[in-house]
Amino acid sequence: MTAPLIDVRGLRKFFPIAKGLFARVTGHVRAVDDVSFSVQEGETLGLVGESGCGKTTTARCILRAIDPTDGQVLYRTSGGEVVDLAPMSSAQLTPFRKEIQMIFQDPFGSLNPRMTLFDNVGEPLLVNGMRNRRERMDRVAELLRLVGLRPEFMHRFPHAFSGGQRQRIGIARALATSPRLVVADEPVSALDVSVQAQVLNLLLELQSRLRLTFLFVAHDLSVVRHICDRVAVMYVGRLVELAPTDAVFSRPRHPYTAALMRAVPVPDPRVSGVDGILKGEVPSPASPPSGCYFHPRCTFAEERCRREAPALQEVTPGHFARCHFAAELDLAVH
Amino acid sequence: MTHNAEPLLRVRDLRVSFQLDEGTVRAVDGISFDVFPRQVVGIAGESGCGKSVTMRAVLQLIDPPGRITAGEIIFRQDGRPVDLARVSPRSRQMRDLRGAQIALIPQEPMAAFSPVHTVGAQIVEAIMLHERLGRAEARARTVELFRDVGISMAEQRIDAYSWQLSGGLRQRAMIAMALSCRPRLLIADEPTTAIDVTTQAQVLGLLRELQQKYDTAIIFITHDLGVIAQMANYVVVMYLGRVMEEGPVDEIFHAPKHPYTRALLRSIPSLQTETRTALPVIAGTLPHPFNRPPGCPFHPRCEDIRRGSCDAAVPALHALGPRRAVSCFLHSDATEPA
Repeated sequence: MTAPLIDVRGLRKFFPIAKGLFARVTGHVRAVDDVSFSVQEGETLGLVGESGCGKTTTARCILRAIDPTDGQVLYRTSGGEVVDLAPMSSAQLTPFRKEIQMIFQDPFGSLNPRMTLFDNVGEPLLVNGMRNRRERMDRVAELLRLVGLRPEFMHRFPHAFSGGQRQRIGIARALATSPRLVVADEPVSALDVSVQAQVLNLLLELQSRLRLTFLFVAHDLSVVRHICDRVAVMYVGRLVELAPTDAVFSRPRHPYTAALMRAVPVPDPRVSGVDGILKGEVPSPASPPSGCYFHPRCTFAEERCRREAPALQEVTPGHFARCHFAAELDLAVH
Repeated sequence: MTHNAEPLLRVRDLRVSFQLDEGTVRAVDGISFDVFPRQVVGIAGESGCGKSVTMRAVLQLIDPPGRITAGEIIFRQDGRPVDLARVSPRSRQMRDLRGAQIALIPQEPMAAFSPVHTVGAQIVEAIMLHERLGRAEARARTVELFRDVGISMAEQRIDAYSWQLSGGLRQRAMIAMALSCRPRLLIADEPTTAIDVTTQAQVLGLLRELQQKYDTAIIFITHDLGVIAQMANYVVVMYLGRVMEEGPVDEIFHAPKHPYTRALLRSIPSLQTETRTALPVIAGTLPHPFNRPPGCPFHPRCEDIRRGSCDAAVPALHALGPRRAVSCFLHSDATEPA
C-alpha cells in the first residue's frame, strides 16, 4: 500500500493565555491536543465537531496557515517522497503551497469584491509564475467551465453573483493550481438547501474527475455522511472517533458521536427526535474536565471515566474510539 | 387538530416592496396565512423568499425604502381584531404591541443584545416598559424567566453582559427576553441557525416546552426543513415572495403538492439517503429580484412546467381543503387578478 497523501501524527496547537500588564502566560488553550489521522489519495475525510472543538485549527495547521506547537504533518509529494510540513519555514513551504489549497466557508467574504473573476481566480496562477495574461485567461475560462460557470463571466465582479455561484468561484480558485489536497472548511454551511445540493454534487464530480483528496471540515452530519469516505469526530481538541462513514453511522462507538447524530433534526415529522438530547455545554479547552473530557455530559459515565482518560482504541478494524466502553456500548441511532 | 377558534393572526394578500434606484423589488408579493392560538406555524423558504420581510411587516419594522403596499395583517388584540397594516409604525398602539403581545427572537442574539448593558437590565427594562411592575418585581420575574429557560445560576447570570455568555446561553437569554411579557405570538426568525447542532436540539426542546407552558403561538422561520419537521404543526412554503403551498406538517412532508416543495424535499441529504451519489437538485438559480419571471415565479426552474400557462399568468393560492392550499396550475386554474 502506498503511503497516505497526508499523515498527521500527534498534532498539537496550544494558544497561550496572556494576562496582566506584562502579558504573563497564565495557561494554554489546548485547541488541538494530540490529533493523529491520515488521508489516502482520492479519499474524503470528514472532520466533525461543534464550534471550538479544534477542527478548523487542525485544518489550518495542515495548511500551515498557523504554526503547530508540536507533531508532524507528513505529506507525500508528487515525486513519492514523504516530507514533514510542520517544521518548514515559509520559503521551504512554497513549492507545496500550490498542491494544498482551501475552499472557504463564506462565499461573500472570501472573494475580493474589487477584483473581477479573472483576477480572483487567476491570482494563484500569477503568484505561481504564469505571467502571460492570454494563458491565464484560457486557464480561468477552463476553470469556470469546470465549476459550471460561463467563461464570459470572467470580467464581472463577485457582487453580480449569488451565494452558490460565488462558492463555485471559490472552488475554481482553489483548483487553479491543480492541487492534490483540498481542505474545504464548511463549504456548504452558508448556502441554501437547493444550492447546497448543487455544490455537493459539484464537489463529488470534481473529485472523481480530478482525483482530488478532500479534507472536509463540517458540523452538519447529514452532509458529512453524504460526501465523506471516513469521518473523524473531535471534542475539546481531541479525536474521539475515527472510522469509515458507514461504520460510524450504523454503529457509533463513542457516546458523543451518537449524541451528535441524534441532535440532527430529521426532516420527517413522523420521526420524533426529542429523546437523548445532550445536556450541558462544551467545556473550555483551557480547563478541560478530568479523565474523559466527555464524562460530565455522558449518560454512560462511571467512576472510572472521571479518573482515567481513555486512549484511542481500535474497536473493530479501522474503527477507532476514545471511550473506555467503546466495545460494549450499543449506541446505534435509529 | 380542529380550529374552531378565531385565528390569532390573519395575513391576507400582504405585499411589501422596496423602492430602489435600480427598480422596485417586490419582496413579499401577495401572501396569505393564518396563525391560530397555541399553534406553531413554520415558514420555510430559501434566502430571498421574503420570509423575514413578512415577519418584519407583522411587527411594522419595515425600514424605508421598504413599504407595505397592500394587504391586511389582522391581529386579535384582547378579542378585538386590529389591522396592523393600517397602524403607524411609530404609534403608541404599535409600540405597546411590540414586545408585549408579539415578541421576536432574532437570528443573531449577539447583535440583538446591547453589549454595554447587562442582559438582565435589558429584560427588566422591557418588562417595566410594558407592565406596571417595580424594578424589584421585574428583576424577580427575570430571574424566574432565566430558570424557565434553563440558565443555571440565574441570579448571577442576569448581571452578565451578553458577550460573557456562550452562544447557547445567549440564545436562551434572548428567549427569556422574548417571553418576558407573556406574548401571545412569538416570532422566531432562524433562532438556531447560528448555533451548534447539540445546542440547537436543546433550544428547540426548550421552545417546545415553553410553548406548552405559556400557551404562546409561534411563527417559526427557518430554511432548515429538519427543524420545520420537528417543530411546526402547520407549514407555509414560500418562494420569491409568494406562498407556494401550505398545510399541516405531515401533509407537506408526506404528500407535497407543489413541484417546488417536492424538489426541495428531494434535495436535502439526510441520515437516510444513499451516500456519495449525486443529489437531485433544483435546476437553475434563484432569479435576481429585479428580474422576476412573469407568471408563476417558480416556472423557469419547474420540472412540471406547462408552457403557455405557467409563464403567462400567476397561479392563485387555491384552497384544497379547510387548512390546505397550493398555488400551482397542476392543481387549479385559478389565476391571480392581473
